[in-house]
Amino acid sequence: MQKTYYDPADLRKFGKISDWNKELGDKFFDYYGKVFEEGALSAREKSLIALAVAHTIQCPYCIDAYTGDGLQRGITKEEMMEALHVAAAIRGGASLVHGVQMMNKVNKLEM
Amino acid sequence: MIKSLHKRESDLANSKRQLEILSNGIFRQGELPTFKEKISETNQFPLKAKKLEILQINVGYMCNQVCEHCHVDAGPDRKEIMTRDTMLQCLEVIKRTGAHTLDLTGGAPEMNPDFRWFVDEAYEAGIKDFIVRSNLTILQANKKYHDLPEFFKKHNIHVVSSMPHWTRGKTDKQRGDGVFDASIKALKELNAVGYGMPDSKLRLDLVYNPSGAFLPGNQVSMEKDFKKALKEDFNIHFHNLFAITNLPISRFLDYLIASENYEDYMYSLVESYNPSAVKNVMCTNTLSVSWDGFLYDCDFNQMLELPVNSKAKHISEYNEELLEGRNIVTSQHCYGCTAGAGSSCQGSVA
Repeated sequence: MQKTYYDPADLRKFGKISDWNKELGDKFFDYYGKVFEEGALSAREKSLIALAVAHTIQCPYCIDAYTGDGLQRGITKEEMMEALHVAAAIRGGASLVHGVQMMNKVNKLEM
Repeated sequence: MIKSLHKRESDLANSKRQLEILSNGIFRQGELPTFKEKISETNQFPLKAKKLEILQINVGYMCNQVCEHCHVDAGPDRKEIMTRDTMLQCLEVIKRTGAHTLDLTGGAPEMNPDFRWFVDEAYEAGIKDFIVRSNLTILQANKKYHDLPEFFKKHNIHVVSSMPHWTRGKTDKQRGDGVFDASIKALKELNAVGYGMPDSKLRLDLVYNPSGAFLPGNQVSMEKDFKKALKEDFNIHFHNLFAITNLPISRFLDYLIASENYEDYMYSLVESYNPSAVKNVMCTNTLSVSWDGFLYDCDFNQMLELPVNSKAKHISEYNEELLEGRNIVTSQHCYGCTAGAGSSCQGSVA
């Protein structure tokens, strides 16, 4: 039994998810592949979105995968870091915007 | 400037050591299939040489740059240079072969003292596509090279130049400090004489090699990004971008091992194996000639000192009948040419 919850080598085994439920696994990977194709958004833009989301959900597999994917696409580290700050801003903003609720509550309760 | 593996007397300067690494470990233990096993799955082993279309001549390993990923281990400290006698033997073959493309590479081919003489002579043979792989910075390196754009134009040379990225940071990291600025200047000079301009017949193509332990992205998308950035930032034009995978040999192998990326990189290559790329790999229609005239299936095999599997082993023994249909010599580095969209000196193959 491995001693850590995450093993980088497990990322390579992602496709094996289908082994225990082929139908749903195949449907998922078909969908996944389709999502990342060139569309109204370029595959490059989608890669940057994926990288930002990967950090928001703090998925180490996704961070590895989309850092590598970004490098393959010629995305620079400056672009990657800006995408992360977008994620961080939204995530931070999501906490902070709840401050309005706190303020409302304080204003209601205090004399 | 870093020194070549040869100058450093590195273990990896020895091609036998490189081949040992590529055959042992994850491949010996059966964790990953060998290249021979992999192509056998689709009945593509042994790979056979077809009719010769491209004659690639390496006129010497001397170079003004020492790039981190260089599979030739080229640099200013490499003294292997093709002599005029060997060039004469090459010219004999150029005149009688049906090959449509002549591809001069190095090192920096322009640094060979007989480079211009050879180009003059070879031009007379009337080859359809005459390529010189220029690293760009050589055009700026010394006054004696400043007229090269005009010289190329006069001989209708097809210039193919390396450019790992449209940003300074990535380019200089792979190819050395100052390379980006010198390359931009050289590209502007090539554009000024007509190279790479839309509708111009003077071909200027760029080669993209990833600047690290990852595979190249889609060639078409990369070309679009390169064109947009170079046009917007520097008003530079070029025709096509060739996305080339770094093969795990020589200095790139040294980098992979030192950065602990070797196994992951080999996994990426094997996992991206594309059987449809196999039928178009360049070794099947190319012959590589080394500075001392020996024949190889490709420039990579030349660096690994894996000679052609034929009785004709030297350019002086060139014999189409003996060479056509020969079995191509392969090892695990060949995965580099069959990953994803495939890779060759002319870019993607699938």
